[in-house]
Amino acid sequence: MKKVVLVAIASLIFQSCVNTSERKLPILGEREPVEKTVDGKLLIDTIYQTVPAFSYFNQDSIPVTNKDFDNKIYVTDFFFTSCNTICPIMHRNMLNVYTKFKGNPKVKFLSHTIDIKYDLPSKLKSYVSKLGIEGNQWEFVHGSRDSIFGIAAKSYLVSAFEDSADPQGLVHQGWFILVDTKKQLRGAYDGTKEDQVNQLMKDMELLLKEEFDNEE
Amino acid sequence: MRNKLIYFIFLTIAFTSMIQSCQNETSINFKRYYVNGKGLYEKNCQNCHGSDGKGLGTLYPPLTDSSYLNLKRNKLACIIRNGQTGTVRVNNIAYDGIMPGNQTLADIDIAQVIVYITNSFGNKQDFYDSEFAKNDLVKCK
Repeated sequence: MKKVVLVAIASLIFQSCVNTSERKLPILGEREPVEKTVDGKLLIDTIYQTVPAFSYFNQDSIPVTNKDFDNKIYVTDFFFTSCNTICPIMHRNMLNVYTKFKGNPKVKFLSHTIDIKYDLPSKLKSYVSKLGIEGNQWEFVHGSRDSIFGIAAKSYLVSAFEDSADPQGLVHQGWFILVDTKKQLRGAYDGTKEDQVNQLMKDMELLLKEEFDNEE
Repeated sequence: MRNKLIYFIFLTIAFTSMIQSCQNETSINFKRYYVNGKGLYEKNCQNCHGSDGKGLGTLYPPLTDSSYLNLKRNKLACIIRNGQTGTVRVNNIAYDGIMPGNQTLADIDIAQVIVYITNSFGNKQDFYDSEFAKNDLVKCK
């Protein structure tokens, strides 16, 4: 009897170990099956939604494109510097994530301003230095209205729009979106909630393992 | 003699309980202000100044500078209601952002927020009731 219990416990422990090491982040967004013929056999492959090419100006007025994020994982969000509702909470939390991964060449951060008129690169620069950020691991970018609102809605699945009924004229969600090296969406976390931001940090570790552990 | 003693004891009890009830009323009032102030702080101030009152970088100043709060004690109500622009020095660091005003807060709300802020984050200052707030708010520039 004792032996049976022991074996049962051992297998439980073993299984729980297997499960954690095999946990993989889901791939979010649209997907479509494509049929292709390989060696005369019909195979069905799934194509996942990816982030398309983009080009913006960062806090140093230097162009930042999707190429700057090649072979890296990154976390992205939408904000504006004069926002006094959710943005301070988001960036207080993002700062914790940034501090944790600071100096890691495989990790970048990308914050898009949705205040196209006011948040020019010089304004972003002053915001960034007040936040205590140096270098370009965390890029704060300014782009055209269509490109920013377009990429928010279509590529990162974050709702952001101009609304004259809002006291500040701009409405947006506080999601932190995790993107992998294939530009696929791997997670969405409410940037105003501490527990979800903690989950983001855990998931980033997991994604880094998945992406780069086989390389070495 | 016995009657006198009973009378004396009764008087002492009555007297001390009177004093104590007075004290309790102030401390109850203080607690009421503090608790309500906490709720108002969470709704109106915490986004920028943080749940620990530490602000964020040099974007939003902390509320941990007791001497600043003490120095500006009679101006706090106006700052909360009308906001503030220009450079302020807190903990000897300059902050030049814009603080938006809170026009919807009543005098008593502002007093409650002040009680909460000046008695949290390491601050410990005197009670500040809605009458104080009313007097200070008249003098806003």
